[in-house]
Parts: sequence; structure tokens; C-alpha cells
Amino acid sequence: MKGYRKYFLNKVLWLLVTFVFAIVLNFILPRLMPGDPVAAITAKLAQGATNTTGMQKVYQQYAELFGTNKPMLEQFILYIKNIAHGSFGFSFSQYPRPVVDILKSSIMWTVCLQFPAIIVGWLIGNTLGALAAYLKKGFDKVLMPVSIFLSNLPTFGMAIFLLVIFGIGLKWFPTSGGYGFDLIPNFSLKFIWSVIVHYQLPFWSIVLIAIGGQAIGMRSMAIYELNADYVKYSRFMGIKDRKIIGYVFRNAMLPQVTGLALSIGTMVGGALVAEIIFSYPGLGFTLLNGVMGQDYPLISAATLIITLMVLSANFIIEILYGIIDPRIKAAQAD
Amino acid sequence: MKHTIRQVFHSGKFLVGFSIFTALLLIVFVYPLIIKNAPLAIIGRGTFFPPGTYVNSYDTIGSTQYTLMLDDAAAKRIASKLGDQERLGLKAWLVADGIPENQIDISDTVKLLDLWVNHYDPNKELAGMTYAKLQYYQRLDASLEGLLSIKGVSIAVKNAQTGALEETQFVQQSDYVNISQVANVRVLPLGTDNFGRDVLTELVKATGVSLEIGLVAGIIATLIGLTLGLLAGYVGGLMDDIIMFITNLFTVIPGFVLLILISFSIGQDKRGAVTIAVVIGLTSWVWTARAVRAQVVSLRNRDHVNLSKLSGHSVVHIILADILPYIASYVVMAMILQISSGILAEAGLSILGLGPRTTDVPTLGLMMNWAMIYQAQILGKWWAYIPVLITIALITFSMNLMNTGLDQVFNPALRED
Repeated sequence: MKGYRKYFLNKVLWLLVTFVFAIVLNFILPRLMPGDPVAAITAKLAQGATNTTGMQKVYQQYAELFGTNKPMLEQFILYIKNIAHGSFGFSFSQYPRPVVDILKSSIMWTVCLQFPAIIVGWLIGNTLGALAAYLKKGFDKVLMPVSIFLSNLPTFGMAIFLLVIFGIGLKWFPTSGGYGFDLIPNFSLKFIWSVIVHYQLPFWSIVLIAIGGQAIGMRSMAIYELNADYVKYSRFMGIKDRKIIGYVFRNAMLPQVTGLALSIGTMVGGALVAEIIFSYPGLGFTLLNGVMGQDYPLISAATLIITLMVLSANFIIEILYGIIDPRIKAAQAD
Repeated sequence: MKHTIRQVFHSGKFLVGFSIFTALLLIVFVYPLIIKNAPLAIIGRGTFFPPGTYVNSYDTIGSTQYTLMLDDAAAKRIASKLGDQERLGLKAWLVADGIPENQIDISDTVKLLDLWVNHYDPNKELAGMTYAKLQYYQRLDASLEGLLSIKGVSIAVKNAQTGALEETQFVQQSDYVNISQVANVRVLPLGTDNFGRDVLTELVKATGVSLEIGLVAGIIATLIGLTLGLLAGYVGGLMDDIIMFITNLFTVIPGFVLLILISFSIGQDKRGAVTIAVVIGLTSWVWTARAVRAQVVSLRNRDHVNLSKLSGHSVVHIILADILPYIASYVVMAMILQISSGILAEAGLSILGLGPRTTDVPTLGLMMNWAMIYQAQILGKWWAYIPVLITIALITFSMNLMNTGLDQVFNPALRED
């Protein structure tokens, strides 16, 4: 493991840098906009509200929480402090519920939905892509147009199609929510079954979209590898086809792992919108509610958490990549 | 140049993509010339009118009446009110009322209605029947009234002084009007949306606006990406390090999140279509920058570039004359992808409620957003969102096809023989 040390340290350092950068961006972007954000938010919130003293209190609380009357640097320190304490303030739209409270429940739904879906989609897509490259002819002729079509559809489009066909047309699966609206979350069999049933449509819409893109990428990688000299050489050596396929698959896989790391942000973004279609109680739906309720603290916290999630996922993939790719080991051994 | 273009148009994929895209563009430009309705005019009182031809019923009264003796007219009239589902409903009620099942023949309309009229009592509550079901039967009963009658209906006007009804016209069951003689007929091929707007007209306008957003976003992203990529790749050194650091940062920070943050910060009132396009462009240059840099790095030490350097040409000249032509095809392909992903980004953003203002212009994303908010998908109002989805898919599909076609022309390794 000694050879990996530099690689891992490098990645950890990079994670920290991006982490800090994400927090800074999250802090600075809303403040770059002209006008006092807290006043603007409170003004929006106050539309139609009759309780002016209550509004004033909210304003003061937020001015204090964000410290908008202080210099930028001091504001930033305050912001960091708040994050370190895990305090994102109170939600505007669901006052007096703290933002952390709202996010806590939705993060779990999003993580449990998106990451399994993306991984399953990636695995199936790569397998199909490799098969298409190897089998060619009939299989390839069918898979390619389908994959191109899938990868061109936005995730929310797939979500709507699945919803209309399986949810409304065939009535196989429920159309919205994370569990039956008549149930209270607990660990009964009925509740778990309800969650599983509600899980299917959002899950498969993310999986199908991921399959499309990955299959195309894997196919071209595998075709490239199949024509490489080492494959021909192995054939001359009389190595069994099955074994060669193993080599090819492993080599073609590496760029696909990097590809996953690079595209995971986009995938999560698409999947968040798909959540909205199904009113799935995850971060995407929370974001929508935040936007609808002009709930600045909620949006700010949600975007920060999404960014951190993507960064961590990215980090994990890069670490795995380091372990899989023999070249990194070789490079570090020097 | 001429040769390249000819080669590009020989690629089947490019041609298909180009045809679809041109067709869409043509529709966007030609449609408003022919049909001059305002795309955002609210014409329907009510939500989601189904697609079809809407004939003004008031105007049909005044029009010339023609008598057509069509054999199946009565059957069609009955079928429109009394379909298979309604017949089964009647049977279910009658069975529940205690009539033996074998006496009810749902295919015999006269007998069935006869049984119904004789036995149905709107106030009778049968065991296990919900209130909603009770109301359903009351409505059904009302709609069946006079179904078998062969008489026509009178059109009457209220006398202003006496208040008595005076018959002005009598409409026979065999009376027809010619639709081309009716003053007010409006064809709504895709019905209306939740606001009561004509979906087709709105969709055409929205396609135009979305393409515009994609184009602006694509141009901005490409320009930024190209500039940064050229600087990093050609100048190298510290400049390269700094630019690559920034690029890497923006690669891992999801662009979608930046988009949400910025759009929300701008605020609903200030968000126009162009603003959204600029924001999308500002957050999506990363891929172009990376790719251009990689290409430029490989070009930097080619002989012709070195020759140009030795000849004392300026950096600008070298970049314009010796480097740009080599990466031009690549930049064009990247821009096509940027445009299509810009359109998708707008759609995603709008579904989140962070799209352009709704009052100015429609966009494909806004149309989706409203359809979803009004639950068109749950209510089965397919015309409000399926055409939008198909348009989005057609745009991205055609652009990706063009891109793949170009790729095969300019990248011989990918050519299929």
C-alpha cells in the first residue's frame, strides 16, 4: 500500500480544496447579487403577511444569522461557524422548522435512490456495451439505436414516460411519493413494501438513462481495445477468447470509471429533476419546495449538501480507480 | 472548405440529424407567418381542453341547415352517450336492484333502456353503494334522457318585454351545418394548456425560444472554453496551471448546482430568457476548455507552428492561422453538444421553478413545468406535455446525430466501412 500513499494524499488534498471552494461559492454567489439578500427575502416573504412584528423578528434573526450588516470576511467566518455547527437556520417556508431537520429526512431518500440507481445503470450499461462490441451484428444493431435514444432523453422525460405507461396506464406502480400517503414511517412489513413499490419507477428511470450513455461509451472503448495489438498478439499466442475478453473488458473499463467520476454531477442533477416528477421526498423535491416558497436558507443548504455529496462520490470513485488501475501503482513505485 | 462540407453531407447520420433540425427550424419560422395568434393569449376558460376542432355552437344556429339522411346517425348518437362502460354500469345497477342477470342484454339498447327507465329510482340507495357512485348514476340517467327520441329540439329566444319564450328555429335530428359556413371555428390540434392557451402555437414559440437559449448558452460556453483552452494550451506554464486548476474545480462542482444558486439569487423578476441563457453558458464551458487545451497541447510543437514562430508571427496570428483551423471542426462539434445540453439545462431549471419569467415568453421547460404543476400527467392530459417531450427529444436527438456524423467525418478512426 506504500506506493499509493502519494496518490491518496493527493486526492484527499484535492477533496479538501474543492470542499472549501464549494463552500466559498455557496457563500459568495448569492451575495454577489445586488441588494441585501435578507431584506429581499423578507420582503418576498412579507407579501401578504399581516404580522409585521413577526416579519421584523424574522428579518433581525436572519440579519444576525447571516451577519449581513458586517464586513464580508466577518460574514464568511460566521457562515463557516454555522456550517460547522450544522446549523443552517430556520426554513422560511416551513418556519419554525430548522433547515437541518427538513434536509435530514430528504437526504436519506435521495442517497438511497440515486447512488444505487447510478451504479446499477453503470454496471448494466457497461455490460451491454461490451457485449455489443463483442457480439456485433444483430445485438449491436438493436442496442445502439436504443442507447442513443435513451441517452438523448432527459431523465425527467424518461421519468414521465415510465410514469404514464406503468403508473397511469398499467397501474402497476404508484405515481407519486416515497411511500403510501396513508402510512406513517415505521419498520412494519407493510411500510417497507410500500417503500419498495414506490421506489421502482424513479429507480428505473435513472437506471435506464444511465444505461444509454454508458453503453455507448463502453462500446466504443471496447471496439478500440478489441483492435489493439495486444489482443491480436494474444490470439496468435493461442490464449482462450474468454481470457482475452477479460483483459479487454478490464482495460476498457478504466476510462469508464473516470467517466463516471466526471459525469456523476450531471447525473445527480438530472435525477434530482426526476424526483420532482414523482414527488419523491428527496432533495430534488425539497429544492422545488424551497424555490416555490422562496426559502433561501433551505436552497442554500440543499445545494451545499448536493455539492458535498457529489464531491464525496467523486472522491470515492477516484480512490477506487487508484486501486484498480495498475498504472498508478507503477507510477507511484518509482 | 467546399470539399469538407460535401463530405459532411455524405454522412448519413449527419444528414438525418440535419434534416430533423432544419424541419424544426422551418416550422419555428414559417408557422408564425401563417398562424398569427399570440402564443401566450389565453383563449380557453378552463384548463386542458382536449385537441380537436372547436365549432361555435351559437353560430351553427344561424347557419344554413342541410338535411342529410344518414343511416348510422342515430346509432352513433346513442353510442356517444351510451358506450360499453355505461352499459355495464346500467347492468350493475339493475343487478344490484334485484333483476336476474340473464334478463339483461346490454347489446339490445331499446330493451336495456326500457328496463332502466322502469326500474331506476335516483333516490334509492342500494347496499354498499358509495355516494360518488350514486351521483354517477344520477348523471348518467340525466344524460340518457331523450336518447331514443326521434324529435328535434327548439331554439327559443326570451321576449324582452313579456319574458316568454318564442321559438325561432327548430333543429331536426337530421340537420347538418357545413363547417366552412360557420363563422367561428378554431382548430386546436393540441388542445389548450392549464392557462387555456393554444398548446401548438405556444409550443412552436417555445421551441424557438428554447433554441435561442441553447444557441446563446452554447456560444458563450464555447467562447469561454475556447479562450481558456487556447490560453492554457498554447501559453502553458503558470497560465496553464491556473486555468487547469479553475477548470478542474468547476469539473467536480456540479454545474447544475451553480445554475440553481445563481438563478435563484437573480430573482424571479429579473430572470428573462436571455439571462438564463447567459447563466447556463457561464456554467457549462468546462468540457470545451479541457478538450481544446488537450488538442492545442498536441498541436503546440508541430513543425508548422514552430515555423510560424521562427518567422516572427505574433501569438495572435499563430493562434488564428496555425492552431484554430486544426481544432475548428472539434469546436463546432463541441458547440453543437453545448447547444443541446443548454436546452436540457433550461428545461431542468424550469421544472425546478427557476426558469425564465412565465409572463414574457414560453420555453419548453416552462411548458413542462406548468404541466407538472397542474398534474397533467396524472390527469391524463397528454397533449400538455408529450408534444413538449417529443420536441425536446427531437432537438437533442438531431443535434447528437449531427455531432456523431461530424465526428465520423473528421475522426477517421471512428469511420464505419
